[in-house]
Amino acid sequence: MTFVVNLALGLLFGIGLVISGMSDPAKVLNFLDLAGTWDPSLAFVMGGAVAVAFLGYRLVLRRDRPVVGTKFRIPTRTELEPRIFVGPAIFGFGWGLAGFCPGPALTALGLAAPGTLIFVPAMFAGMWLARLAGERSAEPAMG
Amino acid sequence: MTEFTPLASLIGGMLIGLSSVLLMAYEGRIAGISGISGRLLPPYRDGAFLSRFGFVVGLVAAPLVMQLVTGQPVMQTVSGNLPLMAAAGLIVGFGSVWGYGCTSGHGVCGLSRLSTRSFVATGVFMAVAFATVFVTRHVIGG
Repeated sequence: MTFVVNLALGLLFGIGLVISGMSDPAKVLNFLDLAGTWDPSLAFVMGGAVAVAFLGYRLVLRRDRPVVGTKFRIPTRTELEPRIFVGPAIFGFGWGLAGFCPGPALTALGLAAPGTLIFVPAMFAGMWLARLAGERSAEPAMG
Repeated sequence: MTEFTPLASLIGGMLIGLSSVLLMAYEGRIAGISGISGRLLPPYRDGAFLSRFGFVVGLVAAPLVMQLVTGQPVMQTVSGNLPLMAAAGLIVGFGSVWGYGCTSGHGVCGLSRLSTRSFVATGVFMAVAFATVFVTRHVIGG
C-alpha cells in the first residue's frame, strides 16, 4: 500500500516537473543564462512549489503524526558546517553543466535520451560515493 | 531559446509542492529527490525502501503517462555530449548527497520550512550554477 501511495505521489511530482517544463534541461539552462537567452520560468516553478508547501506543511504539521508511521521526520540540524557550503557548490556546478538535477533527471529517464541514460547511472554512482565518504568522515575519531 | 511559460510553470510548481505536502502528511518525510533516490542504494538504514522505490517509479513514469493522456510528445533537449553528461551526473549525485539535498529537498521543502541551512544551500547552488552557465556559454563560447 505504501508503495502504491508513493508511486502516485512520485507521479504527481513528476507530472508537475513535466507541466512546468523542468524535465527539459534546455529550459533550466536558459533560466541559469542571465546574460543570454534568459527564461525566468524556473522562478515560477519554485514560487508555486514553495507557496503550496509553506501553507501545506503548516496544516499537516498540526497533526500528531503522519498517516503511516509514528512521527514526522523533519531535519533538526541547524549548524552551518562546511558540507552545507561545499556540497551545494559541487551540485550547482554539475547542475549548470547539464541542466539536470536529480528529480528532473529521473523524470526524463522515461524519455530515454542518450544523455539522460548516461547521466542517471553516473548520478547514482556519485550519490553512492558521497554516502561512503560521509560514513567514513562521520567515524568517532572525527567527532 | 525556450518559451517563457509562467502559468504552466506556476501550476507545475504547485503540483510539486502538493506532492511534497502529501508525502509529509502520509509518511512524515521530506520530498527530497536526492535523499529518496540516493537511499535506494545500500547500506539500508530503515525499512522505507519500497516507499522510495515507488516514488522513483512514479517520477520515471510521469512523462509516459502525460504522453498517453495528452497524446502529445513531451519535448526536451538533452545534451548529446555523453562524456560531459557522465561527468555532470557524477558531480550532481555527489554534491547533492554531500550537501544533504538538492533543488527539491533544500529548494522546495527546506525554503518552505524556513530552514537556514536550506537558504544557505540554495543560495550557494544557484550562485554556482549561474556562474557555471555564464562561463560555459559566454566565456568559453557556446
